[in-house]
Formats: sequence, C-alpha cells, structure tokens
Amino acid sequence: MRYLTPRKRAIGKGSAHTGTHHHWSMTMSSVALAFMVPTWMYLFGSALGQSRVDVVAAFSHPFTAILTALILVIGMRHFAMGATMMIEDYSRGTARKVLVMFVTALATVIAATGLYALIRIAL
Amino acid sequence: MAEVKSSSPRSVERPLSPHLQIYRPQLTAISSILTRITGNALIVGVVLAVWWLAAAAISDDAFALANAVSTSWFGDLVFLCSAWAVWYHYLAGLRHLYFDAGHGLDIPTAEKLAWGMIIGSVVLTVLTAIIV
Repeated sequence: MRYLTPRKRAIGKGSAHTGTHHHWSMTMSSVALAFMVPTWMYLFGSALGQSRVDVVAAFSHPFTAILTALILVIGMRHFAMGATMMIEDYSRGTARKVLVMFVTALATVIAATGLYALIRIAL
Repeated sequence: MAEVKSSSPRSVERPLSPHLQIYRPQLTAISSILTRITGNALIVGVVLAVWWLAAAAISDDAFALANAVSTSWFGDLVFLCSAWAVWYHYLAGLRHLYFDAGHGLDIPTAEKLAWGMIIGSVVLTVLTAIIV
C-alpha cells in the first residue's frame, strides 16, 4: 500500500517546479489584454506616421497614456512569464537560468523605457 | 505485470513516443506552437514601437531616425506581421480560455477552432490594415 497520495508524489515534478499560479497569472493578464489591445492598436496605428508634434499630442491624451501604461506593465509581465515558460520547456541548467534572467530583464527595460517616454510626453 | 517482476525497473522495455521529426504534422499541434511563436515574436514589434515612442518623447533628431525606420518598408513589414501575430495570439488566447472552461477539447471541435484562428487572424489583419 502506498502511503503517499498521488498529489503528494506529483507536486514539484513539473518542468517549472511550481503549481497553478503561473497558469492563473497568464489567464488574468490575457483577459486584461484582450480588453485593451484592440483599442490600443487603433490608437497606435493612427499615431504612427504622424509628425512628432501630433504623436506627442496623441500620447499626452489621458486615455491613450493610461492605456499605453497598462499595456506596457501587464503586457510585458505577460511576455516575461510566457517566454519563461518557453525557456523552461526547451532548456535546462545554467542556460535556462541565464535566459530567464535575460527575458525578464528585457521585458522590464522595455516597460521602464515606455513608461519614461509617457511621463516625459505628459510633462 | 510479468516484466516488472522478472527484471529491475530500469530494464523494462517501454514504448517510445514517435520522434517529432517523423511525426505527421497535425493542425492541433501546429495551431498550438504558432501561439507560442507569435507571442514571443511580438517582442520585435514592441521594441520598435517603444523605441519610436521614446524617440518622440526625447528629441527631434531621435524621432526623425525612429520614425524613418518605423515608416519604412521594414517598419511596415514588422508592424503588419505584428498585427497578424497579435490577432492570432488573441484568438488562440480566447481558445485557451474556452479550453480552460472545459469546452471544445474533442478533436473535431479543436480542429474547427484552429481553422477559425488561422482564417480569423488573416481577416482581422486585413481589416486592421484597412482601418488603421
């Protein structure tokens, strides 16, 4: 007779060694992005190709600025977690750790740069 | 169970799963891996868009360069591919939410949804290109 339950034996055996938190975070951020991204694509596409004055005017509008900030923060978190999942599936050891650090840093730097741009445009 | 008793667990002959390279491509597998590819490839469009926005915030010279790249044939290509990638990933995400709720997991439905993602993403990309 086994004294360990099937759950106890399964815990920690996934490639990421964690449970459902990652999946739930991705579900949450995907729903948030699903509501925001189409509108943002329209606003970004309309501003692209305009003069600098018009671009600054477009992104200093409160709605556009707040929407862009939300997409940068939530979108880059969603990217970092998704890319981490891919790395965990295809690599191991030191390479995995370095790659996870790299994509996390990349996502953070992109979000920080975008937020800096928005603040500078708003001021 | 005779095998297990007669030899150590290490030497049990277990069936090998077919290797990816000789595995017949299936719509469900392709639509799944495309979700990952589009999601990760979108970082290219994001880098270009954020560079363009940061340049607009910083100076005329910086914006002139970023805008020239963003509106060149290269920029058009990146943003058109990104639009398709967004829509494909978007529809795939909706399918994931539907799967997570316990629906559509039988093969005929999953394959119909895959075609819906492929055709739907192209239609939405064309609409995006026309409207925006």
